[in-house]
Amino acid sequence: MNILNFVHAFFSDSAHWHGYDGIPTRFWEHIGYSLEALAYSAVIGLPIGVLTGHYGRGGNALALIATAGRALPTFGLLVLLTILLGFSLVPVMVPLVVLAVPPILVTTYEALRSVDPSPVDAARGMGMSESRILFQVELPVALPLILSGLRSAAIQIVSTATIAAYVGLGGLGRYIIDGLYQRSYEKVVGGATLVAGLALATLAVFWAVGRFAVSPGVRRGA
Amino acid sequence: MSGFFDIPSDLQHSYLGLIGLHLREALIPVLVGLLVSLPIAQLCVRFRWLYPPVLGVTTVLYAVPSLAFFVFLIDYTGQSETTVMIPLAVYSLVVLVPAIVDGVRSVPPETLAAATAMGLGAVRRYFQVQLPIAVPAIIAGLRVATVSSISLVSIGMLIGNQGALGNLLNDANIYHRPELAVNAVLTMAALAILADAALVLVRRVLTPWMPRKGAAR
Repeated sequence: MNILNFVHAFFSDSAHWHGYDGIPTRFWEHIGYSLEALAYSAVIGLPIGVLTGHYGRGGNALALIATAGRALPTFGLLVLLTILLGFSLVPVMVPLVVLAVPPILVTTYEALRSVDPSPVDAARGMGMSESRILFQVELPVALPLILSGLRSAAIQIVSTATIAAYVGLGGLGRYIIDGLYQRSYEKVVGGATLVAGLALATLAVFWAVGRFAVSPGVRRGA
Repeated sequence: MSGFFDIPSDLQHSYLGLIGLHLREALIPVLVGLLVSLPIAQLCVRFRWLYPPVLGVTTVLYAVPSLAFFVFLIDYTGQSETTVMIPLAVYSLVVLVPAIVDGVRSVPPETLAAATAMGLGAVRRYFQVQLPIAVPAIIAGLRVATVSSISLVSIGMLIGNQGALGNLLNDANIYHRPELAVNAVLTMAALAILADAALVLVRRVLTPWMPRKGAAR
């Protein structure tokens, strides 16, 4: 029960709602970092995953890259890059992108590979060009899986962007790190609640995007 | 100039000692996660309606940032290894439960029917037919869980130097010895890759009937 008390104490303190250390500021900072990292990861992961999946080549190389990316410790990379490059956004973005690219890459590849070959053959038989096959047949069918890869990447980014606060940046992690050093439990618990809430909101956003973007025929089949 | 493997004495461990500690803090949670997720996954296979809510709960738990998770637990388990290992075990469930459920569900119904016809009971059918066929999917899940667990242990540094190799990151900062951070990152990456390779080997030993070509993932 005491955790609920801490949550209540944190959110009912009006001092937490204003200024540069207020919840709105930290919230948008957190969303800013997360969206930026997700955008970089998608720009890197999606095209490579789609192309390798479409041509069915390079699956082993992709698995190697994904394993290497997962193997790099996120927190270690953050501290190391901050020591080497100094204070900026780069030491935060690189580990987040390294964290998020493997799930996007691997899931996109597998999504394209698992498309039923017969509609693709039919499209080719109808004389569709390769690019139209890709965009009008394969991608719509593969979309649900591709979205699930993006979703797990986004959730990992949102919960990991918290550690940006360790090297002096903002975001919701500030409450957790500052609370730890100040021995202020309500801050830590409040920050953790906000991050978890944001991750849940991310889930909801992806669910909505899936409802909206996935064609009804594909959804029914899944 | 102090050397690359010259570990500051405040960590009270040699380089190899830190590696041992790191592996223990990373691997025990995955093992516990596997033992817990096997029955959960079996229930999800048995009762289909259970799967979506279980998936939802584990996804929500996964969204709790590890650092916050550690701090919640300090209240109960103190600044100890256990505090680091409990969240890691919970995170591994998120990867392992779906992997096992998908693996067990992928067993063809004809195979199950054949096993039943041969007179196998539910328990023997599970251990001798379903589980072995699900091994590749389970190992795939274990690989992801193990590798991310090895990376996450280092965050334990923030709660009173419980991060094994991650503690080197803090020492790199306070003693101005960046080579310690390089050492920590490289060692953790090497451990992760070796653990991954070991699991691939385990899969080959456990599934002699599979083609030898490496599959994606």
